[in-house]
Formats: sequence, structure tokens, C-alpha cells
Amino acid sequence: MTQPQRVLSYLEALNEALAQELAADPSVVVFGEDNVGGHGCDGTMGHAWGPTRGLHNQFPDRILDAPITESAFVGAAVGAAATGLRPVADLLFVDFAGVCFDQILNQAAKLRYMVGGKAAVPMVLRCMWGTGMRRGAQHSQALYSLFTHIPGLKVVAPSNPVDAKGLLAASIQDDDPVIFFEHKLLYFGSRAVVPEERYTIPLGEAKVVREGGDVTIVAIGRMVNEALAAAERLAAEGVEAEVIDPRTLSPFDFDTVYASVEKTSRLVVVDESNPRCSVATDIAGTVAENRFAALSAAVRTVTGPHAPVPFSPALEDAFPPNADKIVDAVRSTLPSSVVSKAS
Amino acid sequence: MATESAGTLGREELIEAYRVMRTIRAFEERVHAEFGSGELPGAVHLYAGQEAVAAGVCGALVEGDYIASTHRGHGHAIAKGCDIGAMMRELYGKAGGSCNGKGGSMHIADFERGMLGANGVAAGGAPLACGSALTAKILGKRHVSVAFVGDGAANQGSFAESLNLATVWQLPVVFVVEDNGYAQATGTRYHLRGLDVARRAEAFGMPASIVDGTDYLAVRAAADAAVERARTGGGPSLIECKAGRFFGHMEGFDQQGYRGAGEVDRLRAEDCLVRFTAAAGLSTEDTNGVDVTVEAAVEVAVAEAKAAPAPEAAELLTDVYVSY
Repeated sequence: MTQPQRVLSYLEALNEALAQELAADPSVVVFGEDNVGGHGCDGTMGHAWGPTRGLHNQFPDRILDAPITESAFVGAAVGAAATGLRPVADLLFVDFAGVCFDQILNQAAKLRYMVGGKAAVPMVLRCMWGTGMRRGAQHSQALYSLFTHIPGLKVVAPSNPVDAKGLLAASIQDDDPVIFFEHKLLYFGSRAVVPEERYTIPLGEAKVVREGGDVTIVAIGRMVNEALAAAERLAAEGVEAEVIDPRTLSPFDFDTVYASVEKTSRLVVVDESNPRCSVATDIAGTVAENRFAALSAAVRTVTGPHAPVPFSPALEDAFPPNADKIVDAVRSTLPSSVVSKAS
Repeated sequence: MATESAGTLGREELIEAYRVMRTIRAFEERVHAEFGSGELPGAVHLYAGQEAVAAGVCGALVEGDYIASTHRGHGHAIAKGCDIGAMMRELYGKAGGSCNGKGGSMHIADFERGMLGANGVAAGGAPLACGSALTAKILGKRHVSVAFVGDGAANQGSFAESLNLATVWQLPVVFVVEDNGYAQATGTRYHLRGLDVARRAEAFGMPASIVDGTDYLAVRAAADAAVERARTGGGPSLIECKAGRFFGHMEGFDQQGYRGAGEVDRLRAEDCLVRFTAAAGLSTEDTNGVDVTVEAAVEVAVAEAKAAPAPEAAELLTDVYVSY
């Protein structure tokens, strides 16, 4: 007799990962603004709305509310990590990295190197990212390229609840600082059957989420779903796209991308962030440099524009890539005979 | 007052305090000379003149306690018990340095001694010390953390944030502000408008005191009280220590034209080592014995550092991650 399969939202999956890691390891501590939540922060008027909701009841000594003081509490996460804890700090929106960038760039990322390997910084910095919530230019960015650029940091951006749970658990257990990107639109909109047991998904392993032989589409975070939608439309035209979700941006699983490109000879990279010095250009450039002979067409990128994220729903909806733009980009990599046959 | 405080410390403790301060002085004067001869690379900020602060504060600490230091960190490291041979090799960028040559003067650290590192960013150590204090609190250990910051760093937002966070979370941390009169070359009468940082701490709801940073016994008494308070669950506090530096902001860069005529001479006349020797009642015989040992140790440290090999070329790419 089969049990009914349990469906969790992305947000609930993150909550479960936090709860299981807190239960498994007494050195895990979770803090950020409203992580307990509510006046007085004793939990009796709790109003945590994010992935920490309810954790305070189970782990009253290890869930802390922080004042709005990102520089101090992110820096404290570094100091705590270097002396024996595994802190999970909550930045809320990744845009707020602007007020504590020194703690990430100069302290977390470099401490181990500067002391010749005699310390480690096993911390996780959770942050929300992405467009679609009508939050305007300071709450909607996709800033993972900034962190991917910095040696010493690991960067994770799960696209679905199963990966979110396994990658957060792996990030907490990891001995290096991890910047963990949670797409706001996935919190409630992405639901899946999630295993109840504690599990991890290794950092640095991409996943081929759809197999195909004609073109490789690498898509990040919420863009995985857009790429899959595009792939279905392309399939109706006789073009089979292989869709790869890198899941981790640093370290990056180039081998999986190379293997796919060697099979398809075409690459389209889909990234919600601004286009310059982005993860998309990094992937495109690295593949062009190392697998040039395998390519039969120029690599294409589909990204947001070189502009801040606007507020107006009409404008914001035009900002990120979508299935239409991805289909157009894929067509531009195909021989004209294939495109004319398809259209 | 100071002489009364000396009565609470035993003779061995007094001689040890002198040894620590004398080691810092000898180390820094030798580094000054070596830098002047052009052999020492990098940016070096010397602590001479401020020894009583590091020695007094770290004298109040025990094994397991943490300190987070500043760009001017040699004195803190020595006072916390770091090996001067490894430190000197680090300054020369050599294999076997405290950080195997990867940190240098501005990142010298020894986690086994609870020295969480000098820091190249002003007030960089304040949030880190909140973190090590959080570790002690969460794990139920009675370790105390100390954050050293300079008067210039006291204007950083991260410092103000750390004072607030330490109060909100009631962390076992002591903030030690070292007011040496200058943020690089900008005087406190400009950048602090002549106000004491201690008043800011009080505004965050933590006790604060101001002491003469050239008076070891005064610093030690304030540190003993603050550390005891933190260790017994009383929360954070701040000590503001006023002591000028003998050298410039940075070796090889700072001609000290901004300092008033005779200022350094006056500072040297109030030398913390001389004051301490008198207050502690140490004889010339006592101090001579220490001086000879310390000078010899520094001589060995320099000779060994010069002779040590450079790090292996492969070290460039190690220690970036634990695993990647």
C-alpha cells in the first residue's frame, strides 16, 4: 500500500531543512530580522513569515531575532563560524548585501586564506532574489554574479523544493561560506513531492532536467521553469532542447555543460540578472573558450537588460527572460532551414 | 591609585606584564628598523607607545578567550601569547609564518591562541568578536571576546551596529577603543569633535569607562572588571584607552608632519614602560633580566625570519576553500 505523497512548497522545504539541521547538529544557529518575529521577540507574538516560521518553538535557544543591523550580524556569523558554530544568517533581500558587503567580501570570503588555512568559516547567508513581486529596484535583483566572482565563497541557487531542501542542508553542513539564493516567486509558487527524511544534494553538481539532442539551455533558478516551457514549444517544432539546471553557481559544474554541448553543438544561457559580467556571460565565455570546436553556432544569452528592475507591473514583466525570449534565442542558433521549417 | 592596584597583582604577574610590554616594544622598534633598511615588504602599522593597552586588556583574559584585532595588531597578538618567531616570519611573508605568509602584518592571526586576526578594514574586528561571543553563549562556555578598534574605526557604522547587537543579544564581549589621537593623520578633535567614544557606548545601554592607556594598572583594573562582567553574564561593556603612538600611521609612508612640535617627545616622556616599572616597584635588576631575554628573542626571530624560505608556489591556490 503506497502512502499519499507529501507536497511541500519551496518555502516549506527550506523550513524543513533548517529544522532537520538544527535537530541534527547543536552548533547550528539561525538568526536574522524577524526570524522569531514579533514584539519583544519571545515567540509569544511570533510573526516570522519566511522559512524560519515556527522553528523558535522547537529550538528556542538557537533562533535569534536580529536588529536591522546586517553589517553586525553578518560579521557575527563570520566570527561565530570561525569559532565553532554553523550560523545560518538571513539577509532577507540580497539587495541588502549593499550595507554589509565588507563582511561578505573581506571577512567571510577571505578569512581562511588570510590565516593560511588555520580557520574555516562554515556559515550560510540566506537571501531572497529575483523579479516578479513588484518590489522595485532595491528588492528585486539577481546579484549572484557578484558573489560568484569572489574566491572563498560558494553560491547556490535552487530552482525547486526538492533541490532547495537538499542544497540548504548541504550548505549548512559545508565547511565554507555559502551564499544561498532563494527566488521569491518560487516560495509559494513552486511545489513538489519532497522526501521527508534528511538528505543532501552535493554542491557543484548540475542536473539535466530535460534531455535533448539539438540545443543545450542552461537556466538559473526560476528560469529553469521558463526554459522547460520553451523546450516544450520547441519540441512541437521538432527541436529537442536539453535543459540544465546548474543548481550551484560556485563551484560550477562545467563538465555537465561541456558534455551536453558536445552532444548538441548549441548553447543558450538563461539568466534573470543584468547582462554585463554576469553568470550568463561567464558560462558562455568559458564554454566558448574550452569547447569552441564543438559549437556549430554562436552562444546566445537571454538575460535581463542593463537597467534596474522597475516597479510598474507592465515594465517589470518585460524585465526577465521568459519562454518566448528563450524560444527566439534557440531559433537564432539553428540553421535557417530548421527555423523556416519550424515556422 | 595605580600603586594601590599594583597591590592586587603578584610579583610574578607584574614581571610578566613588563615582559609582555617590553616584548611588544622590542618587536616594534626592530620592525621599524628593518622596514627602514628596506628589507621588510608591505604595509606595517606599529604599536609602540600603546603597549599598556594590549598588555592590560589581555592580562585580564584566560585561555579560551578571544580577541579580534586591528590593522595595528602586533601588540595584541604578542599580548595574547602568539609566538614572535612565527609573527616575524609572517611579516617577512615566509613559510612557517603565523599564516604561512598569506596574511602579513595586517592579517596576522593565531586561532589556537584565540587571536582571531588583525584586520585590514577599520572596525572589522567588532562584528567578528560579537560572533565569537555568540559562540561562547550558544555553546554555554564562559569565554569572553574582546574587540579592539581605533578611534578612527569608532566612526564606522559596523562598530555602532556591533555595540547595539552586543547589547540586544547580551553578548560576553568587551569593546576596547584605542584612542591614539589620529585616524591615519586626521585628529580626533576633527573626526570625533573631541568627544569621547565612551559616551556613545552609554547611549547603547552598556557601561563604559575611560582610562589612561599608558597606565598598565589602570587599564588592567578596567579590563578585569569588564571581563568579569562579561564572563558572569553581565553583558557587554566598553573601555576607552587613550595612548599615543610613537611612530606614524604606517611605516615608510607617514612623515608625521601633522603632529605638533614636541608631541612625540612628550609621549615618550610618558612611556608606559617607565611608568609601569615605577608603579610596580620593579628594580633595575628585574627589568634588565627581562630586557636581555626579550632582545635576544627578537634577534633570533628576525634572523630566522630572514633565513626562512618563501612559501611554496603551490600555496597560491591552497586554503581558498576547505573543499571545492
